[in-house]
Amino acid sequence: MKIAVCVKHVPEGTTHARINPQTKRLDRSGEGAINPFDTHAVEEALRIKEAQGGEVLVVSMGPQSAQDSVRKALAMGADGALLVTDDAAAGSDLVATAAALAAALEPESTDLILFGQQASDSDGAVLWAAVADRLRRPVISQVAELTVADGKVTGKRQTEFGYDTIEAPLPAVVAVSDAINEPRYPSLKGIMGARSKPQRSVSVSELGIDAGEVGDAGSRTVVQALNDPPPRGDTVKIEDDGSAPEKIIEYLAEKKVL
Amino acid sequence: MATLVFLEHHEGQLQKPALGVLSKAAELGGDVAGVVLGSGVRDLAPAAGAYGAAKVYVADKPELEKPLPQPRVDALAALVREQGIDTVLFAASVLSADLAAGLSARLGAGLNWDLADLVQENGNLIGKRPALGDSVYVDVGWNGEPRLALIRAGTFDPKEAGGKAEVEDFDFEFEDFSLGATMLEQAHAESEGPSIEDADVIVAGGRGLGTPENFKLVEELAQALGGAVAATRAVVDAGWYPYATQVGQTGKTVSPKLYVACGISGAIQHKVGMQSSGVIVAINKDPNAPIFDFCDLGVVGDLHEIVPKLTELVRQRKS
Amino acid sequence: MTKPADFSPPFDPNEFVAAPSDPPEERIDVGVLIVGAGPAGLACAIRLGQLLEDSPETAERLGEVPVAVLEKGKGVGAHLVSGAVVNPRGLRRLFRGRDFRIEDVPSYGPVEHESVYFLTSSSALRIPTPPTMRNDGNVVTSLSQLSRWLAEQAEAAGVVLLPETAAQKLLVESARTVGVRTGDKGRGRDGEPLPNFEPGSDVTARVTILAEGTQGHLTGIALDRFGLAGENPQVWALGVKEVWKVARPLDRVIHTMGWPLRGGRRYREFGGSFIYPMGEDMVTLGMVVGLDYRDVEVSVHELLQELKTHKLVRRILDGGERIGWGAKTIPEGGFVALPRRLHAPGLLLTGDGAGFVNVPALKGIHYAIESGRLAAEAAFAALRPGRTPWTPGALASYDESLRETFVWDDLKKVRNMRQAFARGFLMGGAIAGAATASFGKFPPKDLRTERDADVDLIRTNRSARYPAADGKLSFDKLSSVYLSGNKTRDDAPNHIRVRKDVPREVAMLWERMCPAQVYEVAEDGGETTVEVTASNCVQCGAITAKGGRLTPPEGGSGPEYTLT
Repeated sequence: MKIAVCVKHVPEGTTHARINPQTKRLDRSGEGAINPFDTHAVEEALRIKEAQGGEVLVVSMGPQSAQDSVRKALAMGADGALLVTDDAAAGSDLVATAAALAAALEPESTDLILFGQQASDSDGAVLWAAVADRLRRPVISQVAELTVADGKVTGKRQTEFGYDTIEAPLPAVVAVSDAINEPRYPSLKGIMGARSKPQRSVSVSELGIDAGEVGDAGSRTVVQALNDPPPRGDTVKIEDDGSAPEKIIEYLAEKKVL
Repeated sequence: MATLVFLEHHEGQLQKPALGVLSKAAELGGDVAGVVLGSGVRDLAPAAGAYGAAKVYVADKPELEKPLPQPRVDALAALVREQGIDTVLFAASVLSADLAAGLSARLGAGLNWDLADLVQENGNLIGKRPALGDSVYVDVGWNGEPRLALIRAGTFDPKEAGGKAEVEDFDFEFEDFSLGATMLEQAHAESEGPSIEDADVIVAGGRGLGTPENFKLVEELAQALGGAVAATRAVVDAGWYPYATQVGQTGKTVSPKLYVACGISGAIQHKVGMQSSGVIVAINKDPNAPIFDFCDLGVVGDLHEIVPKLTELVRQRKS
Repeated sequence: MTKPADFSPPFDPNEFVAAPSDPPEERIDVGVLIVGAGPAGLACAIRLGQLLEDSPETAERLGEVPVAVLEKGKGVGAHLVSGAVVNPRGLRRLFRGRDFRIEDVPSYGPVEHESVYFLTSSSALRIPTPPTMRNDGNVVTSLSQLSRWLAEQAEAAGVVLLPETAAQKLLVESARTVGVRTGDKGRGRDGEPLPNFEPGSDVTARVTILAEGTQGHLTGIALDRFGLAGENPQVWALGVKEVWKVARPLDRVIHTMGWPLRGGRRYREFGGSFIYPMGEDMVTLGMVVGLDYRDVEVSVHELLQELKTHKLVRRILDGGERIGWGAKTIPEGGFVALPRRLHAPGLLLTGDGAGFVNVPALKGIHYAIESGRLAAEAAFAALRPGRTPWTPGALASYDESLRETFVWDDLKKVRNMRQAFARGFLMGGAIAGAATASFGKFPPKDLRTERDADVDLIRTNRSARYPAADGKLSFDKLSSVYLSGNKTRDDAPNHIRVRKDVPREVAMLWERMCPAQVYEVAEDGGETTVEVTASNCVQCGAITAKGGRLTPPEGGSGPEYTLT
C-alpha cells in the first residue's frame, strides 16, 4: 500500500503567533513546527503500514523551513518526503494550495492520502475536500476510526448529529480527527535516521503548473485589513443579595441564550 | 448580486444556521435563492421563502439521500454555472465544509471560511474572520467570481420576514468518483448529552466548588440547560473530573453560545480555552478573580447557594 | 530556627547513574556527546566541527555521528534565559582564523551608554559604574536567539542536534563515563506507561561533555559520583526577567541596586536589576536576587513587578506592552565554589554548570563559550589515533588550559565579592570595593560560601508591599508562565522531588520563591502540606538550591523561550 500524508508547517505556539501588519499574513518568520493535527494523520498512516505493509510518503508545501516538520514525520517512521517549495507559492489560498498539492500527489500513484483535521494556524478544515475533487477521488473527513481492507476504506466519523460510517473504494482521500489515535514519540534512533531518508524538493514549474496558478496570483481570496475584534461589551457585575439567580435568568433571556 | 444559500437539512428539518445565513443574504440584497438537495425533500423547499429566499432550487435524487458532500458538489457546480450565481453561502458544518471546499476546487472559486460576519463595503463583499484565538479580526475578500463563504454556525439568527419562494427543480450529471463513497450508517441525534466541543451550552466547575461532590451542582445546572459539563485543569489534576472535560490551554478549546463558570478564577490557561464563547457568566465568591475582567455577567456570591436556585428557575422556565 | 536543608527530599544520586542496559545493537553510538545546546555546548560542538574538518582520520574514528548535542527543550533556545550583555571575546576566539565578524552574530548592537543607579522607593541616585561592571565593547543579545545562530553554525559543521531529548542518567562502566541514558516519554502521572510510551535510549560516546547550564542535572550527579566538588558549596541567585515592546527607544544599559531589596544584614538580600535596550523598540529588564535570602515572603517575580512601579522604570515602560517573561537561576559562588576538578575519565564539565560566572560583572556567556571551546580541544586531543579519553588524566589538559585563560584570571580577581555581601550591603560594598582596588589581593583569606538551603528563615510582612497584578504593568505568575510558552502536559509525572510534610515556613518559602507558582501551601487534615503543580515548572532550578531537587522532566516540555 502506498500512503501519502499531507502535513503543514505552522508557526509555533499560540503565544507567539502574530499577523504581520504589512503583509497581512501570518508571521511565519519565527520558529515553526508540524501542525499538531497532522501528527495524528502520520500516526495513522504508520499504523496501516505496520499492519499491512507498504510505504508512507510525507508531502508538504511550504518554505524551506518546512523541512523541520517533514523531518519530524520521517522521525516517526515515514519512509520518504516530498516538499513543494517555491517562492511563487507563498501566500497561496485554498484554490492555489489545492492545485499545487494535487499536482504533486498525482504522479505518486498513491492508494490512500491522509490529512489532519485542520490547520492550527488557519483553522480551516477544508483542504482535503478540495484536493480530492482535483484528484477525482472519494473523500471521507473527520474520521475517528479508520479501517482499510479489501481495497476499501471505512471511516467512522463524528458530525453535529452523532457518528456516520462511510465507506469508499481505494484510491481515496481521508482526513482524520485528533480523536483517532495518540501519535507516537519519535525514538532517538528514528530522529537520527530521518536525516538519511529520501527527501525531494520540487518547485512549482517542476510540477508542471504555471506560477500563475499559485501564490497571490493563483489565489481567489484576499486579505484586506486587520482590525480589533468587536468589543465584548462591558462586564455587568453584581453582588448576590439573594436575588442573583433571578437576575441571571433575566440576563440570559435578554441575551437570548436561554 | 446573485446569491445562492445552501440549505442543509436533517431529519426533515431545514437547519437553523442555514436559515440564519439565508436571512443575512436577504439583508445584503440582490437576488437570493436557496438550494435543497436530497431525496424526498421537495416539501422542505417552500418554507425557505419566509426567511428571504425568492427562489429555492431543488434536486431530488436517490443518490442525494445521504448527507455526503461530493454528489452535492456536482449539483451545485452545475447550478452555479447555469444560473450565473456569483455568491454561494454556507452555514459551516461537517458536510458544508467538505462541500464548499470541493466546489471551490471544481470551479476554481475563492473560499473564505470561519466568517463571523459578512458586509458590503464600497460595493465589495467583505467577510470578517476572527483569527489567533479571536484576538484579531481579519477582513477577507474575493478577487473573482463566484465567491464562496463558510459562515460560523449560529452567527446569524433566522428572521421570518414572510414571503413565498418559487420552487424550481434542476437536473445535473454526477461524476463517477462522486458516487464512490457510500454511507453505511447514518448519525441520528444522540440520546446522551452533547460532547463539550459541540455543546451550545457549557457549565464548568473549578476549585471554588470546594469538593468533588459539589460537581453535582454543575451537572444539574448543565442538564437543566441542556448543556455539557466542563472542568478546569486544577480540578482535573485533583481527580475530581475526567481529563476529557478539561477546558483550557492544555485541554479543549470551546466556543459555546453560553458558558457558565462556577468557582473558576479565570487564569489565562483556562481563559484561552473558552474566551470566544458567546455569553460568559461567572459565579465566584472572590470579587478580584480575573474572570470578572472578561466575562459578560459576573456574579460575586456563593455558588453553593446560587447554582441550585438557578437550576430550579431554569427548570421552571423550560417546563 | 528553621532551614530548608533540614527537610531535603529523599534523593539518591545513584538513581541517576547506571550501566548501559539496551542491547548493543539498540544503543545509539556517537563520537562525542554534548549535553545541552546552550552557549557552552554549542561552542564545544562548533570547535569540534572545526577540528574534525581538519583531521579526517580522527573524524573517521568517531563513526557515523562524530558529534551529537542533546537538548531537553522543545528547540534550541527554548530553555535559555539571560540578560544579556555579552563580551564578544569568547566568540572571537571561537571563530578565530575564520571568516567571522561580530556583526554576523544576531545582537541588538553594542553598549553605547551605561548607568548604574542606587534606588530608593522614590528616587534614583546615579553612582559611578564600578570598574568590574564596565561594558565597553560588549553587545546586547538575547541568549535564546544567539543560541539558535550558534546551532546553525554547528549544524553547518555537521553536528547532529537532538532537541526534545532529556539526559536522564549518566552511563558509567568501571568508573568511566560512557554516555547518557535519555529520558522516557509518554508516562502518566503515576509513572505508568501511556499508550504512546517511548522508552529512553542509551547514547554511548567516547567523551561526554556536560553543558547543562545552571543546576545541571547530570553535572550535579557527576560532582557527587566522581568527587569533583570543591571545598565551598555552590550558591545561586534567581533571575526573573521580562521583555517589553516600548514606545521610545532606551539609549543605555542600566543596572540598579538597592530598592526594592533591603540592605540590612538580617535580610541577606543581595542582587539588583538590569534594564537593557533591545534595538529601537524593545527592552528587557530583570531582577536578580541571591537565594541566600532569609525572609520567606521574598518573591523575585513580585520584586520585579514592584521594581516596575519605580518612576525610573515606569518612564521606560510607559506606553509599552509585555511580550516575554522568563526565569532561571545563576550560579554565584564564583571562583571559590568551582569544582576542584572539571574532568573525569570520559567526562568534562563546562559553562554555568561548572559555575563560570563573574558575579560583579554579571557575565558568564563568554566564559561558557570559552570553556566549551577548550573542552572541545581537550576531547579532540584525547581522541587522536593512539590515545583514549578514559585513561585517568587523559582529559586533564582541559583543566590545565582553563587555568591559562582569562576565565580563570577574571574569576580569581573577583572571587570574594559575592560572599562579602552576606554581610549586608554596606559592608559588602566596602569589601568589594577593596577587592577591586587590590585586584583580588584583598581580603587575604578567601571568604567561604554557605549553602543557600542552610540559611535559616525569618518572616516579615514583605508581601504586603507587592503590587497587585493589573495586567498592564504588573502581572501574576500564571499569566507569566503562559507567556513563557510553557505547555507541559498535565498528566506528566511529577519531576520535582520535595518533601510535602514540611513546616509552614518552608512551604511558604517555596510558594513565594517559585516564579512559576508550582508550590502552594495547603492543609491536609490540620497539617501543613505542599501542593505541587509540576506542569507549571519552567525549570529555573531554584528549588534545588532551597531544599528540594529538580530532575529533568520529559524532553520537549517546559518553556519555549524565544526572546529571552
